[in-house]
Amino acid sequence: MALDYSAKVMDHFSNPRNVGEIENPDGLGEAGNPQCGDIMKIYLKVDDKAPQGPIIEDVKFKTFGCASAIASSSMATEMIKGKTVDEAWKMTNVAVAEALDGLPPIKMHCSVLAEEAIHKAINDYRGKRGLEVIPIKEHEHEAV
Amino acid sequence: MQNVYLDYSATTPTDPEVLAVMTPYFTEVFGNPSSVYSLAAKSRAAIEKARGQVATAIGAKPDEIFFTSSGTEADNWALKGTFEKLRSKGNHIITTKIEHHAILHTTDYLEKTDGAAITYLPVDSEGKISIEDLKAATTDKTILVSVMFANNEIGTIQPVKAIGEFCREKGILFHTDAVQAAAQIPVDVGYLKIDMMSLSAHKMYGPKGTGVFYLRSGVKLENFVHGGGQEKGRRASTENIAGIVGMGDAIERMKARQPQYQANLIRLRDRLIDGVMKSVPHTKLNGAVGSERLPNNTNFSFIGIEGETLLLDLDSKGISASTGSACTSGSLDPSHVLMAIGLSHELAHGSLRMTLGHGTTDEHVDYVLSVLPEIVAKRRSMSPVWEDFLKKNGGK
Repeated sequence: MALDYSAKVMDHFSNPRNVGEIENPDGLGEAGNPQCGDIMKIYLKVDDKAPQGPIIEDVKFKTFGCASAIASSSMATEMIKGKTVDEAWKMTNVAVAEALDGLPPIKMHCSVLAEEAIHKAINDYRGKRGLEVIPIKEHEHEAV
Repeated sequence: MQNVYLDYSATTPTDPEVLAVMTPYFTEVFGNPSSVYSLAAKSRAAIEKARGQVATAIGAKPDEIFFTSSGTEADNWALKGTFEKLRSKGNHIITTKIEHHAILHTTDYLEKTDGAAITYLPVDSEGKISIEDLKAATTDKTILVSVMFANNEIGTIQPVKAIGEFCREKGILFHTDAVQAAAQIPVDVGYLKIDMMSLSAHKMYGPKGTGVFYLRSGVKLENFVHGGGQEKGRRASTENIAGIVGMGDAIERMKARQPQYQANLIRLRDRLIDGVMKSVPHTKLNGAVGSERLPNNTNFSFIGIEGETLLLDLDSKGISASTGSACTSGSLDPSHVLMAIGLSHELAHGSLRMTLGHGTTDEHVDYVLSVLPEIVAKRRSMSPVWEDFLKKNGGK
C-alpha cells in the first residue's frame, strides 16, 4: 500500500464513521484550507442536561483531504462521542494518531487538523451558551 | 478482482521479448567492452548495434547517440554541460514552468550555485508555450532553450518544430526532454531541428536504468560524468551492456509497431475521456485535446475530492493510477504543472492521471468506467468542498 498506512487508517478511510452533518448543530468547527488540500468540518450535538455535565451526544464530520485526514476525522469523532465536552477538549492529536496505530510523519498534520476542528466546534458551542471561548492555536501548515 | 495498470507514463513493464534479448548480456556476453579479448568485442558490437537502433529510430547518426543511466542524467548533462561550455558567451537559459523536475531542479541548481539566469516560460490553459513568448524572452545572453517535447502529467505536446527552427536560426542550442514523447509518437531530430534530446528506456517497454542523450554532431558540450574513456570519452563508466541492448531493442520494436499502437491508444484514450466526462458530473479534462495530446494520456480534475483518496479507492478495486495532489508528493503544494495551467488549488489537489499502454484493453476502460463514478460520488458526499460547490451551483 502506498505511503504505508496502518490497517486501522485504511479501515477508517474505507469505512469512515460519523460521516455527515447535523442540522442546527450545537457546535460547528472548521479547520484547514484548500491550498494545502484539506478541510475538516465537525458538527456537535450536545446534551446539556447530562448529570456528569454537558456531553457530546452526537458528532458528525465532513472532510476534504487525503486518506489520513479522513481516517483522523473518523477516529477523532469516535473518540469524543459520548464524552463530556471537557473530556473531548483534552483529546490530543497524538492520541488520535496513536489510536490509528500511527500516521506517516508527513501526515501528522492531519491529526492536528482533527484536534483543531474539534476545539473550534467546542468553542462555537461555548460561545452559544455564553461561556468563555478558550484561546486555541490556529493550525499552521508547515512542511514536516 | 481485476488488475488494471494505468500508470504507463510512470513506467512500463519490460517487454518479455526485450528481456530475452537482454538476458545473455548478464551471464554469457558479460565482457567489459574496454578489454581486448574477443568476449569484449562481442559486448562492443552489441552496444554499437543498439546505438544504431536508437539513431535510426530518431533520425540521428549513431555517433550522436550517448548512453546514460537515465533520462534524468541526460537532462542534467544537457543543462550543466551547455552552461559550463558556454557561460563565457552568456548565462541565460530559457525553459518552461511545466518541465519535469529533472530540468527544474537542475536549473534551480545552476541559478543558485553558478549564476545562471533562468526564464520559465508560462503556458496556456492547455499547457502549451507560445513561440511569441519564447522570442520575447530571448536575449543576446541566451545560450540554451530547453522545452519538453510532451508533458508527463497532462500529455500536451509542444510546438517543437517551431521552437527548433527559431533556435537554429538564432544560433541558440535547443534541448528537448522527450522521455514521454519518444515512447508514443514519431520524433525526428533532423526534421525538428533538435540539438539535444533525452530519452529513457523504461518508458518504452525497456529496462529501468538506461537512458539516451542525443547530441547533434558539431555541438560542443562539457562532459557530465567523468572517469574512463567510455562513449568516446564523453560519458564515463563501464557500459550497462544489457540495459543498452534493451534500450536499442525496445526502441526498434516501438518504432515498428508505432502506427497501430498509436491508433489503438488514441481510440482507447478517447473512449476513456468521453466515458469519464459523461459519467462523472463536474469533471475537468486537463491538457490539450486531440492530436496535441499524447496518445496514452488522460488527466482529470474532480472538484471536491483529494487525489490520494481516489488513488487508494481505485487501488482497492485493482486499478493503478496517479495524481498531482500534494498528498502523494511529500510536499504541500499540488502539481506545478496543474497550477501553471491555471487550476485552483482544489482542482489541482483533485486530479487523476490515467496513462494507457500496451496492456490496456477495452475491458479495462469499461471496468474503470464501471467503478470510478461511484468512488467519486462516495468521496464527494463526505466533502465540505463539494458541499460548498453545490451551494454555489444551486444544488446541481
